[in-house]
Amino acid sequence: MSVTLIGAAVVVFFVIRVVPGNPIAMMLPPGATEEDIARLTAHYGLDKTIFEQFWIWLAGVFHGDFGTSISLRQPVMPLVLGRLPATLELAIFALVIAVVIGGAMALTGVRHRETRTETAIDVANGVGLSIPDFLWALILIVLFGVLMPVFHISGRISPSLDLPFVTQFYVFESIARLRFDLWWDLLKHMFMPALALAIPLAAIISQLLKQSLKETMHLDYVTLSRTKGYSENHVILSEALPNAVLPTLTLIGVQFTFLIGGTVIIERLFSYEGLGNMAIDAVINRDLPLIQGIVIVFALLFTIINLVVDMTYALLNPRLRHA
Amino acid sequence: MLDGRGSIKRRLGARLWLSGTWLGIMALLALFAPLISPHDPLAQDLFAGRLPPFWASGSDPAYLLGTDSLGRDVLSRLIHGARIAFSVALIAGLATAIVGSMLGLLAGYLRGWVDVVISRLVDIWMAFPPVLFAILLIAVLGTGLTSIIIAIIVIDWTRFCRVVRAEAMNQSAMDYVSSAIVAGRPRRDILWREILPNVLPTIVALSTLEMGIAVIVEAILSFVNLSISTDAPTWGGMIAEGRTSIYQAWWVLAFPLGVLFLTVLSFSQFGEGLKDRFDPVLR
Amino acid sequence: MSAFLTVNNLSAALHGFDQRVLRSVSFSIDTGEVLGLVGESGAGKSMIGKAILGILPSAISIIEGEILLDGQDLQKMKPADRRRFIGATAALIPQDPLTALNPSRRIEPQITNRLVDILGWSKANARVRALELLNEVHIDNPERVMGSYPHELSGGMRQRVLIASAFAANPKLVIADEPTTALDVTVQKQILRLIRELQERHSTAMVFVTHDLGVVSKVCQRLSVLYGGKIVENSSVPDFFAGPKHAYSRALLAATPKYTDPDASLLPVDEAVIEAVAAEVLASDKEWRHGG
Repeated sequence: MSVTLIGAAVVVFFVIRVVPGNPIAMMLPPGATEEDIARLTAHYGLDKTIFEQFWIWLAGVFHGDFGTSISLRQPVMPLVLGRLPATLELAIFALVIAVVIGGAMALTGVRHRETRTETAIDVANGVGLSIPDFLWALILIVLFGVLMPVFHISGRISPSLDLPFVTQFYVFESIARLRFDLWWDLLKHMFMPALALAIPLAAIISQLLKQSLKETMHLDYVTLSRTKGYSENHVILSEALPNAVLPTLTLIGVQFTFLIGGTVIIERLFSYEGLGNMAIDAVINRDLPLIQGIVIVFALLFTIINLVVDMTYALLNPRLRHA
Repeated sequence: MLDGRGSIKRRLGARLWLSGTWLGIMALLALFAPLISPHDPLAQDLFAGRLPPFWASGSDPAYLLGTDSLGRDVLSRLIHGARIAFSVALIAGLATAIVGSMLGLLAGYLRGWVDVVISRLVDIWMAFPPVLFAILLIAVLGTGLTSIIIAIIVIDWTRFCRVVRAEAMNQSAMDYVSSAIVAGRPRRDILWREILPNVLPTIVALSTLEMGIAVIVEAILSFVNLSISTDAPTWGGMIAEGRTSIYQAWWVLAFPLGVLFLTVLSFSQFGEGLKDRFDPVLR
Repeated sequence: MSAFLTVNNLSAALHGFDQRVLRSVSFSIDTGEVLGLVGESGAGKSMIGKAILGILPSAISIIEGEILLDGQDLQKMKPADRRRFIGATAALIPQDPLTALNPSRRIEPQITNRLVDILGWSKANARVRALELLNEVHIDNPERVMGSYPHELSGGMRQRVLIASAFAANPKLVIADEPTTALDVTVQKQILRLIRELQERHSTAMVFVTHDLGVVSKVCQRLSVLYGGKIVENSSVPDFFAGPKHAYSRALLAATPKYTDPDASLLPVDEAVIEAVAAEVLASDKEWRHGG
C-alpha cells in the first residue's frame, strides 16, 4: 500500500518536472525582470536540483505540508481539502445511483430470466458498459440540459443562494441543518454528472450481479427454500442475494476508484467545483505543487477504498470471518 | 435447448455484423475523406454560420448537416474527423496492445522478480486518475497526434498487462506447457509458440475495445483543448466547439456525439463479438 | 379412504421437444408408508420428487396427469397457494448436504424459517422446536450447532441438520432424494437409521429416491423401478427381493452387490436387457401418442 503511494508520488513528481513552460514566468505580469523571476524561483525552491526538490517535498508531505500553490498562492493542503468534499459527494451520489439502478436491473433480470425482459436488460447492459462516462455526460447534457431542460448542467449549487455552510460537505450539512431547499438544489445540480458517472458502473453491477444470482438460483439450498413455501421474490432476495453479492461487492470497490477517476473530466464538463476540475486548471497553469498534492490525494483515496473493500469483504463472508 | 443456443448464436452474429458494418463505413470514409467530403473541413464561411441540418427550415442544401459558428461544414468535418479518430484508434490501440501484452506475458510466464516489478508498476499506475494522467502527459509531451498516441500507450498498457498476465499464468499451469518443458523446449520458444497463441484471442478482443477507448481519449483531450490543434477537424474538438453553442446550434454537438457514440459502441461490440466467436464453448 | 399421495398418469417433457422425460408415471403412498423409487442415474426418479414439490427446472414442465396430495389436486391449485400448501405439508431431504445449506446463514434460521415465515410460529417457539429436533437427530450440543455456520459442520452433521429441518413442521410427506449418496459409508448407515426412526415416530408418508436396492430393502415397504422416466415394475419389497418380475429389475438386482459389502460398487447392467427395456419404453411412447 505505502509502496504504491510512494511510487505514485515519485512518478508524478518526476513526470511533471519535465513539463515545458516556466510556471513562475506564467504567474508574473509581463515586463517582470529576470531578477524577479529568479527571486520567485528560489522562493518556490525551483532553483534546486530535482532530487533536492523531491526530498524537500517528501519531507513536507510527511508533516502534512504539500507546499504552496503557484497559481493560487495558497498552501496546497487546505486548497485540496476544500475541494475534496465536493468530489466525494459527487462520487458517493453516483455510487448510490449505480447500485440502485444496477441492483434493480439485476433483480428484475433474474426474476424474469429467460424472457424478453432479460434480453432487454442484457442489451442495455451491453450499451451501458461500452460507452464511457464522458459520452454519457454529453448525451445527458443534450437530452436533459437542452432539449428537455429539467436539470442543471453547470455548477454545484445555484449562485443566487445564500450558503450557511461551515464545512465543504454541502449535501450532508444541508441535511443536518434541515435546509432541504439547499439540499434539493444541490441534488438537482449533482444529478446529471452523477448519473453520467453511474451508468457504466450500473451496467457492470447489473451484469455481474445478475450472472452470479442466476448461478446461485440453481444451488440446492435455494431449491430447498422453495420447497418450504417461499415465493420466488423471497427466494431471490433473502436466499440467493446475500451469497451472490460478494463478487459484485469486490468489483464495485475497484470500479468505484475508476468512477472517482472519471470525476476529473465530468466535473470539467459540468463546471462542478471539485478536485478534478481544479486538477485540470492546475495542469493548464503548470502549478506543480498543486498537481502533486491532488494526485497524491487521489492515490490515497484509491488506496483507502481498496482497503475498505477488502475489510468489508472479510466481514461479509462468514467463511473468511471465522478462518 | 437447441433453439436456445441457436438464438444466442444469431444474436452474436447480428452484433458482429452490425458493428462491423458501421466500422467498415467509417473506415472507408476515413480512407477516402478528401474525395468524399463536400467541402474543405477548414474553410470558414462567416456568412453561412450556424446553418441547421437539411430538414430544418433555413437550411442550405449545400451543407447537409449544417454548419458550425464559423460556417464550417459539419459533414465534411465529421468525415475528416473519422480520419484522425481511426488513425489514433488503430495505431494507439495496437501499440498499447503490444506493449501491455508483452509486459503481461513476461510477468505471467517468468514470474519471480519480473512479475513483482511489473505488478508493482501496474499498482502504481492504477492509483492515478487516467484522465488527469493523460492531460498531464500531454502537458509534458506537447499537443499533436504523436503525443496523443504516446499518452494512450503510457496510460492504458495496464489494461492489457493485467488481463494477459492472469491469462498467461493460467496457461502456464496447463499440461501442454509442462510437457513442453519436459520435452526440453527453450523458455522463449514456449512463451511465443505455446502460450502466446492461446492468449491471442483475448488480446485481439481487448485491442478492439482499446481502439474505442483511444477514440474517446482523443475526444476528451480535444475537449480540454489539448489534442491536435484547435482548428483540426476532430470529433472531440467538434464536441467541445458544439458544447459552447449548444443552445444556438445543437447539431454542432449532436452529430459528432452520435457518430462518436456509434463508433465507440461498435468497437466494443465488435471486440465482444470476436471474443465470443473465439470462445470454444459457444463456437 | 384413498391414499395420502396419489400420482396419476404423470408425464413431463422438455420445452420444444416431444420426447417425454417422465412417462405416464402412476403410484400412491399411504400415511406412514415408505415407497422406494429405484433406477439408474437419469431414470427420472429425482424428477418425480421435484414434480411433486413443484421445483422442476424451468425447461421442464408437466404435460399431463395429476398429483393428489392429502386430497388436493396440486395441478389445479394457484401457484402461490400450492407453494404454501407444499411448504406446510411436505418436505425435502436433499441429496448433497454440502450444498443444501445456505453458506451465509447460521443453522438456527435454516431450521426455523419455515415455521416462522410460512406457518406463523413465534421465534421463541420455533427455537424450542429446533432444539428438540436437533436432539431427535442425536446432535450432542444443539445450542452450539444452532449458532454455527454450515461450513463449521461435517457432512454427516449437516445432513442431520437437514433432516431436522425437513421434519420441523411435522410434514405428512417427506421426499428423500438420495439422502445418503454424498456421505461416507460409515455415516450413511447412521443417517439411514435416523431417517427411518423419524419417519416411524411421525408416521410420515415418504418417497425414498435411491439407486441402491440395498437401501430400499432396509427402509421401504414398497418400491417402483424406473427406466427412462417410466415405471417398469411396482412391487412390495418382500415380493421384489423374492423374485422381481421384470427382466430389467432382475438385472438391476443381480447387479447390486450384497449390502454386507458396502464398498463394492454397482455393477453395470447387461446390455441386452438395457436394449430390451429401452425398446419397451419407446413402444409405450408410440402407444401414448396414438392414445392422445
